[in-house]
Amino acid sequence: MQLTLEFGGGLELLCDSVKVHNVHVDLQNGAEKLTMKDLLSWVHTNLIKERPEMFMKGDSVRPGVLVLVNDCDWELSGQLDTTLEEKDVVVFISTLHGG
Amino acid sequence: MESNGGATDVSSIRSEIETLKAAKSDIEQRISVLEAQLRETTINQQKTDTVSNGTCRSISTVYSDNSHGLSPDMIYRYSRHLLLPSFGVQGQSNLLKSSVLVVGAGGLGSSALLYLAACGVGRLGIVDHDVVELSNMHRQVIHTEAYIGQSKVKSAAAACRSINSSIQIIEHGEALRTSNALEILSQYDIVVDGTDNPPSRYLISDCCVVLGKPLVSGAAVGLEGQLTVYNYNGGPCYRCLFPTPPPTTACQRCADSGVLGVVPGIIGCLQALEAIKIASAVGEPLSGRMLLLDALSARIRIVKIRGRSSQCEACGENSAFTQDQFRNFDYEKFTQSPQFPLPLKLNLLSADSRISSKEYKERVDNGEAHVLVDVRPAHHFKIVSLPNSINIPLANLEARLHEISLAMKEEEKHKGSESSSGASVYAVCRRGNDSQRAVQYLHKMGFTSARDIVGGLESWGRDVDPHFPTY
Repeated sequence: MQLTLEFGGGLELLCDSVKVHNVHVDLQNGAEKLTMKDLLSWVHTNLIKERPEMFMKGDSVRPGVLVLVNDCDWELSGQLDTTLEEKDVVVFISTLHGG
Repeated sequence: MESNGGATDVSSIRSEIETLKAAKSDIEQRISVLEAQLRETTINQQKTDTVSNGTCRSISTVYSDNSHGLSPDMIYRYSRHLLLPSFGVQGQSNLLKSSVLVVGAGGLGSSALLYLAACGVGRLGIVDHDVVELSNMHRQVIHTEAYIGQSKVKSAAAACRSINSSIQIIEHGEALRTSNALEILSQYDIVVDGTDNPPSRYLISDCCVVLGKPLVSGAAVGLEGQLTVYNYNGGPCYRCLFPTPPPTTACQRCADSGVLGVVPGIIGCLQALEAIKIASAVGEPLSGRMLLLDALSARIRIVKIRGRSSQCEACGENSAFTQDQFRNFDYEKFTQSPQFPLPLKLNLLSADSRISSKEYKERVDNGEAHVLVDVRPAHHFKIVSLPNSINIPLANLEARLHEISLAMKEEEKHKGSESSSGASVYAVCRRGNDSQRAVQYLHKMGFTSARDIVGGLESWGRDVDPHFPTY
């Protein structure tokens, strides 16, 4: 499945400072769909190069990270259970505090 | 003789400039306060005249006696607003009757305040406890060089008064805490958050929830910015979005990570815009949505965020977050981070593994054979570095250890180390934290004589060479 993944708010530093990743994610053996839960573990394994604890906590993202699926907060689509579709755009963004 | 005279002249000229500048800023501030006073008195006078003169009104009072209450001066000043069909007299009247509090007169607050003062918000409050510094000037455009060392609130208020002497500017020259926040915020209709740390952001959001005030929240670090409106018209609050504070290591600060000056400027302008829309009851405020600015790639994305959470501890249906609870809430403990961050001061090493910058200078002067490893990131090293230091960033230390061994051999050959102990190793960084981490690692890897320079380059600039740049 083709997906566009974007990292911002400093999270890109965890993946070699690359913000936009066009990736191909295969479905797990026997699985019919790809959920955000699957994608998070894929990102953890394939994209995060350092300090994974700055990205994940347990099986979800750490506090302070917003996840947007097609420009929409994943809280509105079922969080970890959100089903992804071909060409979806998923943004991971760390909240900023500076001013 | 002449050169001596020249040196005295320079210092006396400098000190006279300083004295005159201080006097000038005092006089300017006094003038703007008086001008504002004068204007207020005149307006009141006009009102009294209108009432008492009953039968013989002058033409000018007849003109100003219209339903919107805008004086001729106001009509001219705000004419370009009044000409906007979607804003017009009603929008401007609403704005003039409204009050906005801006917390933080920094990078975000600077542009927000300038526009809020200019546009005619009736009462504009400014909260800040800090003083203006030279390293603020590139982004905190409300302050001028003459105010370096003086209070930000005083400086920002003077700038606002010089743009618009017809509105009320209120200075709150103190830090916002749970003890004073309710009292200060309750005096305003709308709050603009231009602070720079997690405890302040939770504190301000909770206070707005308790008092029922809309909150225009902006943030900027590096080349990115974020903007949204909280607690407005049934929309979410900060805690709905971020119920659990982030780990402290995830909170970048402008003083450490840097920030391109114009980025908070843009977000601050957008904050002014959202505050103006709410105050004038015009348009569609950015509630339930968030604007994300990526300045480097020139991309602005507006995303839909969750609505008010019924589970929210501050604004949820079953929440009983009261003013009393707010007053007693420990925001620094909750977020595990200080509201007024002081630079971190680690103490990882024993005293004999450390050396002061002065002592290091003496050893260099005595010709000691040594290698100085600067463990800051490469882009820091490019700003300024000590002579003969080699740059091996902490993150690469493991992979580049051999470079230290090589440099030591080189140094021993060069200086002909008569003391059999060989060349010594010192580590330095910006403030003296990473250098300690580096020395811990070096000890483990067999460089047992390695020491760090206490307080880093900052202490070098302070104690050894006052001309050495700090950043």
